[in-house]
Amino acid sequence: MSRLELIGPQGLRNDGRRVQELRKINCKPSVLSQADGSAYIEQGNTKCLAAVYGPREARTKAQVLHNRANINVEISLAPFCMSERKKRSKSDKRILEIASAVKQTFETIIKTELFARSQIDIYLQILQFDGGTIQICINAATLALIDAGIPMVDYVCACSAGCIDDEPVLDLNYVEESHDTPELTVALLPKTGKITLLQMESRLHVDKFQSVMEMATVGCKKIYNILDDVVRENVKNLLEKKK
Amino acid sequence: MRGHGTYNTESGKCAASVAGVVERVNKLISVRSLHARYNGEVGDLVIGRITEVSHRRWKVDINSRQDAVLLLSAINLPGGIQRRKTDADELQMRKFFSEGDLLVAEVQGHFQDVPQALVQRCKTHFHTLPYGVDLALGLNGYIWVSKQTTQSSKDQDSDAIYSNDNEEIDQERREAIARVCNSINALSRHFLHINDTTIKLAYEASLHFPVKDLLKLDVMEAITSEVKAGIR
Repeated sequence: MSRLELIGPQGLRNDGRRVQELRKINCKPSVLSQADGSAYIEQGNTKCLAAVYGPREARTKAQVLHNRANINVEISLAPFCMSERKKRSKSDKRILEIASAVKQTFETIIKTELFARSQIDIYLQILQFDGGTIQICINAATLALIDAGIPMVDYVCACSAGCIDDEPVLDLNYVEESHDTPELTVALLPKTGKITLLQMESRLHVDKFQSVMEMATVGCKKIYNILDDVVRENVKNLLEKKK
Repeated sequence: MRGHGTYNTESGKCAASVAGVVERVNKLISVRSLHARYNGEVGDLVIGRITEVSHRRWKVDINSRQDAVLLLSAINLPGGIQRRKTDADELQMRKFFSEGDLLVAEVQGHFQDVPQALVQRCKTHFHTLPYGVDLALGLNGYIWVSKQTTQSSKDQDSDAIYSNDNEEIDQERREAIARVCNSINALSRHFLHINDTTIKLAYEASLHFPVKDLLKLDVMEAITSEVKAGIR
């Protein structure tokens, strides 16, 4: 079989990373002036823009929850985000599933009980796609929620890991994802180490699971450090300006 | 003691739930975030927009986490009559305020919206600037800029309080209003406190530029740096 070699002889992957290396993360909070909170994040070639509105008055009566805030997540993929230009509808089952995973993650993390009868809207736009949709959506939403000043128990950091040729590999890109690599996405709370999301759609040998999981956990912690630095820097900057 | 923006962890420690500044009052510790929505407090002056007219009340958008409620019983009737509000008054509610009322009035004044953290509580929130412009600074981050009204017109009968008939504003006055708004916009972009002093400084700095150029990023930069120098 003319299978593309995903890990080269020097132990380098097709984009030049080593197995335990993350893609380069570049992020910036407060990019939109209209939204209450917003963030732009790049993980390698995957780029995502997040906007958070609220807590605000619920738009319809049906969305009112009498004891906590309702969280609404919408994800859209830009028509130009993949190599083939294609318009994707918002009701695509795949996208809806990711949106509901993001929603479930944040429902436990945001202190929704403080905002009874209100609504928090999270809009995520994927501008360029190169694997790891769920993880970038969660990371972008975390950053935007913090920017919006919404009380949360902790950051939520997500990272994926897979297994190529019996070797655990961190942060898969699109080429690796599409070669039938088992991919595990983990979202956790870095302070306590609690896991809020664990998702895998293919088969992985149970002996390998532990090492893949550990690798993803380490990735999450690394991402946390990066996000935390950015948030602290941003708050410091704003305070400096106010003086 | 835990204040706003904090929570108790499972191990019983007090942790911050938002990114911002720690504030201490004796034993009460709270964390104030810089971008949060407005949280109402008794005595605040706010500016709102009517979103809904319902049974004996109006819903008002005040940039908070929920719409505020203005009861029919809370308003003064035209003519200053003091009596219980009847069903007839209820039917006339749209005569006092109808949906989106701020929008209609924007011809007379301009509405500007800034991060609420930038507006500080102070003795007076109504200012008259020397350029013939009236200013109302809402603590919720909404700001109302309008043509200066003379004292005599304020004293006229309270029918006029609810009127939607607007006076003419001349070209010069319109430009002054636009200039004030754009100055406020520049201040908020650069995250500077918004009060009458900073607005005056920004306005004076902006006089070197035509009004329409005030929205350019480099011009904003120039204005705000002059304001910063002026404050110190």
